[in-house]
Amino acid sequence: MTDTQIKNFTLNFGPQHPAAHGVLRLVLELDGEIIDRADPHIGLLHRGTEKLIEYKSYLQAVPYFDRLDYVAPQNQEHAFALAVERLTGMAVPPRAQYIRVLYAEIGRILNHILNITAYAMDVGAMTPMLWGFEHRELLMEFCERASGARLHMAYFRPGGVAADIPQKLLDDIDAWADTYTQFIDDLESLLTENRIFKQRTVDIGVVSADEAVDWGFSGPNLRASGFAWDLRKSQPYDVYAQMDFDIPIGKNGDCYDRYLVRVYEMRESLKIIKQCVAQMPQGAVTVDDNKFAPPKRREMKHSMEALIHHFKLYTEGYHVPAGSTYTVVEAPKGEFGVYLIADGTNKPYRCKIRAPGFAHLQALDMMSRGHMLADVVANIGSLDIVFGEIDR
Amino acid sequence: MADVDSIGDLLEYVTDRIGPALVEAKVKNGELTLHVERDQIVKVLAFLRDDPNCQFKQLMDIAGVDYPERERRFDVVYNLLSLTGNMRVRVIVETDEETPVASAVELFSSAGWFEREAWDLYGIFFSGHPDLRRILTDYGFEGHPLRKDFPLTGYVEVRYDDEQKRVVYEPVKLTQEFRTFDFLSPWEGMTQQLPGDEKANVVPPNAPTTPVPGSKP
Repeated sequence: MTDTQIKNFTLNFGPQHPAAHGVLRLVLELDGEIIDRADPHIGLLHRGTEKLIEYKSYLQAVPYFDRLDYVAPQNQEHAFALAVERLTGMAVPPRAQYIRVLYAEIGRILNHILNITAYAMDVGAMTPMLWGFEHRELLMEFCERASGARLHMAYFRPGGVAADIPQKLLDDIDAWADTYTQFIDDLESLLTENRIFKQRTVDIGVVSADEAVDWGFSGPNLRASGFAWDLRKSQPYDVYAQMDFDIPIGKNGDCYDRYLVRVYEMRESLKIIKQCVAQMPQGAVTVDDNKFAPPKRREMKHSMEALIHHFKLYTEGYHVPAGSTYTVVEAPKGEFGVYLIADGTNKPYRCKIRAPGFAHLQALDMMSRGHMLADVVANIGSLDIVFGEIDR
Repeated sequence: MADVDSIGDLLEYVTDRIGPALVEAKVKNGELTLHVERDQIVKVLAFLRDDPNCQFKQLMDIAGVDYPERERRFDVVYNLLSLTGNMRVRVIVETDEETPVASAVELFSSAGWFEREAWDLYGIFFSGHPDLRRILTDYGFEGHPLRKDFPLTGYVEVRYDDEQKRVVYEPVKLTQEFRTFDFLSPWEGMTQQLPGDEKANVVPPNAPTTPVPGSKP
């Protein structure tokens, strides 16, 4: 037999690839069909959000947050609203806090539906995607009824929410929540014990607890590795402290556990939605201070003062006292943080956005080494990455 | 072993332990910020990670901040999280365009991309980083876009040229000048004199003292 020289094979994956979940370009070094090195090239969707925010007033910055993780837009706004509230010391009325928690959980379900079903499609299951999008559509209708926009809500404003919601909407959300349990059961019957799905995900991309901490994991990916860590419990914001829900955790930190954690999180989110609807207090939905929140339209017809406030708010905006804060929320993908530096003017001096997917995608190389080429696709799906937030 | 339960305790404990490396430590809005000497950053991060009372095992974020008017213009901000203590700490070092900051990759694997991002957007150099390439900007991009002296519109724009059948780079052409409005209200932001208002506070040399209304001479 003659010795043959075996050379590593370099493969370009993406940026236009259905399993890349957006515009991920991966340069893979292959030894046969085994991954030697995975080098993600990101930034193909970079829009300079952080730079743009430095040139906008605080209120104008809100819609940029929708466009980060466009799968669950409201959760990003939540972080920014909380950051501005912390710097200015606004006290948000209880009804607004409940509405925000309610819609944050709707956002979580929106996100998990997309992730679980798209991930299932990556590993070969078509049906969940078709079923899941029906429910996503229903949820986006609820978003539209609250804010006027299906996707980019721009609804969570510093100081509260943009508009109040009617009781009928709450009743409809409650009725929907009852039907949704059945959907989760159906979804699980397709995937959880499915032989092919398990073959593709169990023991693939195992991340140990130490590795998860070292690589800055958060959210479901960290919990799948066995940490009962959820910012909604450990550092509660708005009314999460009053909500009764559990934190599902995984044991093995593989792709299958990350899937399971998300499924159980949807069930827990439903609990929170039910509680929000049941406990929803009456009252105002924005902070009672016309220096931050616009006056009522009706008042503006009569009051000069109200008209001036309205004009000043929508031209100059409000001034935020100098200071800095790193404010986080438990976004569906993990810890979404806003590091906001205010210099006392009407624009942020610096707004660093900490996207959970950025840290998760970084670990792809570590997770994929030694796996087969097809497992990279399962890993990407299980990490739940969206390029809007990674590239910013 | 001292009990470190609150941010206040942590502030005291950390000040005590890393003493000389510390420039300033303060708690504001319930958040602990440590300003640290640049050459001590790895030591401080290692202490915060490994000390049994701190256990800041997660590096969640590294942010660059640009203050062009300062002598050392950049801040590098490390946001750390302790899962066991449920606490956060922010560590800040100052640097300039030339002086490198020691890389934290040896301590936290997650620092790899965060430092690449700070290098890409600000041009902050991290020494000892295994792979300090650009990360978010385009292939072949020049400059560091998040610096305050980098224009919002950038320098080049891309389009697909149908004749050459490829994407071409051209200098930015704006059909309308980019406008920045000064929205700062003179009532709140004005510290200098308003035009036409020069005589407002000037007292003429031999002006008669105006009688206070309602008082008898």
